[in-house]
Amino acid sequence: MSDNPVARRLSRVAGWDAAIIVVAILALVVAGGAVENFATTRNVGFLVLDLLPIALLALPMTLVIITGEIDLSVASTLGLTSAVLGSLWNSGMAIETIIPLCVLLGAVLGAVNGVFVTVFRLPSLAVTIGTMALFRGLAFVVLGDSAVADFPAAFTGWATGTIGDGPVPNVLVPLLVLAAVFVVVLHATPVGRAVFAAGASEQTARFSGVRVDRLKFWLFVASGAVAGLAGVLWTLRYSSARADNGFGLELAVVAAVLLGGVSIFGGKGAMPGVLAGVLLLATVQNALRLEDVSNEALNIVTGALLIVSVLLPNIGRSVRAATHRRRLRQSPTDPIS
Amino acid sequence: MSRYRVLRVLTAATLALTLAACGGTTKDDTSGEQGGGQATGVADPDAELKEGVTMAYLPKQLNNPYSDIEVSGGEEALGELKGEYKLVGPNDASASSQVSYINTLIQQQHDVIGIAANDPNAVCPSLNQARDSGIKVVAFDSDAAKECRDVFINQASTQGIGEKLVEMTSKLAGGSGEIAILSATPNATNQNAWIEVMKTELAKPENKGLKLVKIAYGNDEDQKSFQEAQGLLQSYPNLKVIVSPTTVGIAAAARYVSSSNYKGQVAITGLGTPNQMREYIKNGTVTEFALWNPADIGYLAAYAGVALVSGQITGKEGETFTAGKLGDYEIGADGEIVLGPPTVFDSGNIDDFDF
Repeated sequence: MSDNPVARRLSRVAGWDAAIIVVAILALVVAGGAVENFATTRNVGFLVLDLLPIALLALPMTLVIITGEIDLSVASTLGLTSAVLGSLWNSGMAIETIIPLCVLLGAVLGAVNGVFVTVFRLPSLAVTIGTMALFRGLAFVVLGDSAVADFPAAFTGWATGTIGDGPVPNVLVPLLVLAAVFVVVLHATPVGRAVFAAGASEQTARFSGVRVDRLKFWLFVASGAVAGLAGVLWTLRYSSARADNGFGLELAVVAAVLLGGVSIFGGKGAMPGVLAGVLLLATVQNALRLEDVSNEALNIVTGALLIVSVLLPNIGRSVRAATHRRRLRQSPTDPIS
Repeated sequence: MSRYRVLRVLTAATLALTLAACGGTTKDDTSGEQGGGQATGVADPDAELKEGVTMAYLPKQLNNPYSDIEVSGGEEALGELKGEYKLVGPNDASASSQVSYINTLIQQQHDVIGIAANDPNAVCPSLNQARDSGIKVVAFDSDAAKECRDVFINQASTQGIGEKLVEMTSKLAGGSGEIAILSATPNATNQNAWIEVMKTELAKPENKGLKLVKIAYGNDEDQKSFQEAQGLLQSYPNLKVIVSPTTVGIAAAARYVSSSNYKGQVAITGLGTPNQMREYIKNGTVTEFALWNPADIGYLAAYAGVALVSGQITGKEGETFTAGKLGDYEIGADGEIVLGPPTVFDSGNIDDFDF
């Protein structure tokens, strides 16, 4: 093994990350060639619209999971902001005011999680399972079973439309901007290094001067704010503010993040892999649906993909460990190898 | 600490990203923005029905016994019309899950989409995309917003159901006596609409002998409905008919009466499914009840879809078409096609139905 840091970084990237990127591209190519109507501009537009909420939520989720925490309340935050959006719209407030308020609300909800995790020192799994139920419940308090639908066409049209009526959906812009921000933060800033450090060993990170609690608090805030934005985009895309919007989405998000090679135990992962994971899941679902594969079969495929994604790196690790042990045994007799 | 500034900037960026230009679009600005711009083109009533029409059914969710029967009617009709039948759909009845399926159907370029909408508005943009690409949209069972479908197959009009319920009640009571309603929840929209029609009907001179003594609510829960039925009979010993416009309520009331000494003294009627009520028809507790035939909904949707594709109808009020064994139909206001009066089930015909 080389001690050259560039080589080390390369070898790290060339792991599961690279594999999942290759698989995602492969899936796109195969689907484009084999599935009728897949490689049309309209279908690619649908694909982007379908993966948008999962991709958005996966961005902060990646950072949260790398620090060794989890945020299961994102889908409920989405639902609650959607409900509040509908309710404020009904009350006559201007949509231009409501939208930033909704993102702010998401941030506040994230801060609630953050306080429970960092101040009261409760495990984030328990906290966010609690707030998952709590926020969803509040969403139903706000809007009940009703739906609000009469949003201005300029906004709903933007959420489903494309740039200059070309093939690129409008919503891809905020997604790419945010993705770029998160990639830079995670992989090229001290914050990113602190995220990895806190996930690898919280105590070591603390001793090295990382203010782990502050870091985690702000990550939950970011997660909430992005979920709020996702709630706004979801509502506009479907022209429907409902309390049950995005129900169960948190599992798809966690699945995509894990498929992207992020370790659920924290400390490991990379953003390109996660984005490839999201793309892979969406491509497989879209292509199989075009092939009239039933929803049950679709769930089975998605589930199997996830198991494989957790299983393969583990197998890879044990194989490497075994090879390493064999080498160690062989090395005295065969120093050249 | 500077490194956390990045996180703050990130949060702020998220906020800023959504700050649209100042202007202030409120609810008042958009009222009147929507409204049915539909039914373009001219219908040709003599147009021949096309063969080989592909129609995809997208019910609220798959593996739901009720939708299964609805779409089975569609399959039968498309067989008669030499069309192609397809069934797709989500496993959960959530608001947005149908959208991906509509998008897929657009890609596959079917001729007709038959949809029971989970959310009338969430499916709207996709349905309009479908229509823009030449696909006809037939809503059935549960309507989509009227500006994004061509026609809606309504299982039965509110008026028709209310009238039928009073007609059966009056017959069973022998024209006079105390009656009670066992409904679902106090704020159930369709239940209340039917009850309103019933009240109007009961106020008419020919029904002046009937006295509505109580509206009880069983919340569409079996046990609560059972207890409410029990309570009604204890409070009103002279009760002649309990009419329950909900499948849960009628079955619970029939179960209570069939096992009590009120059997034979009080009649039960309302809206129920043949499979739930068969036992009570057979043992004489219930003489007759009503419901639309779900298979006919899917059947009519298929004929309407093929008529749309063939240009026989465009969805305008007043256009007519023929729907196989169901006969002739006329399109009502807002593109609604009413299936017809509910089917009445009694000991004579109940064994012909399995749903």
